[in-house]
Amino acid sequence: MSFTSNTSSFMRVSLLLLLLSAFGFSLSAQDIPFIKAEQITAWKNADTDTLYVLNFWATWCAPCVEELPAFEKLNKNYADKKVKVILISTDFKRNVEPKVKPFVKKRKLESTVVFMNESNPNNYIDLVDTAWSGAIPATLIVSKKKNVSRFFEKKLTYTELEAAVKEAL
Amino acid sequence: MKKVLSLLTFALAFVAMSFVGSHPGGYHVGDTARDFSLKNVDGNMVSLAGIKNAEGYIVIFTCNHCPYAKAYEDRIIALHNKYAPLGYPVVAINPNDKDVQPQDSYDKMKVRAKEKGFPFAYLYDETQEIAKAYGATRTPHVYLLDKDRVVRYIGAIDDNSEEPTEVKERYLENAIDALRDGSEVKVKETKAVGCTIKWRKA
Repeated sequence: MSFTSNTSSFMRVSLLLLLLSAFGFSLSAQDIPFIKAEQITAWKNADTDTLYVLNFWATWCAPCVEELPAFEKLNKNYADKKVKVILISTDFKRNVEPKVKPFVKKRKLESTVVFMNESNPNNYIDLVDTAWSGAIPATLIVSKKKNVSRFFEKKLTYTELEAAVKEAL
Repeated sequence: MKKVLSLLTFALAFVAMSFVGSHPGGYHVGDTARDFSLKNVDGNMVSLAGIKNAEGYIVIFTCNHCPYAKAYEDRIIALHNKYAPLGYPVVAINPNDKDVQPQDSYDKMKVRAKEKGFPFAYLYDETQEIAKAYGATRTPHVYLLDKDRVVRYIGAIDDNSEEPTEVKERYLENAIDALRDGSEVKVKETKAVGCTIKWRKA
């Protein structure tokens, strides 16, 4: 599945997430939507009460993999709190099928996983946060409506993550 | 009074310096980069000043293990082969702590340099002092210096780490070409996703 243009892709992703959550599904390992840079802007500017927790990771990135359980725990513990955890894979595109999907399946990840389908990170790094140098893991906790934008370029513990989310809610 | 003032100035300068030090960017374009003396994979110590007939230096923080760094190995070799004869050698530096990432130990660097036949210096920044001074955060992370070690470009090698054949913008080459013909470097800073530098655990 791949999304193309600006607002429509946001709406489609939102609709997809809504449908999936309504039926109590998490995204299955077979279904990792591809997103473009515009999707980041759409999440950052979303006119909703939802707090987005956007985590940039990759299957081969050791510190990213180490912090994944913290995001999974947050996703679970804040399921009814309008907190949306989205794990954005920056793996190579050719590795989505052979590496990312099996990884998501094996780890039974329940948070939403999407693939960053941009060949040039220079086009989206500053869109995420100008403080981001490009190193992963990186996490943005954002809600325009709540006037919240907290960026971390480091591995987070559950305590740090939850503290940032609590402060934002 | 004079003493108090100079103390105050000193304190302010110290505070300002610590801000610069904590800035994730480290050096900015226009800053003069420090030289260093680091151990090459051949056992010799290498410093920028010791490189003869250099018109500039392509300093690249990179490593063995990172898939993004690996994706650029052949391109870095090609860059050196193209630009070293023109006075712009590649100086590659591995800043990763070997205890955090054992694949990036000095011995493993020697193995990788041999396997790939690196034609450039591949240095080990064991204390991580140079990566910190430059403000490197990820691998690969490029600093293009002119012959006076003034930073002229910081960032990515090009715009597509995964597919060399689909590269459209050769940021680093464009910057070197601009230095060579004395024109303005148009794109002075870019960002790329890379592996975070494996800092030594305190």
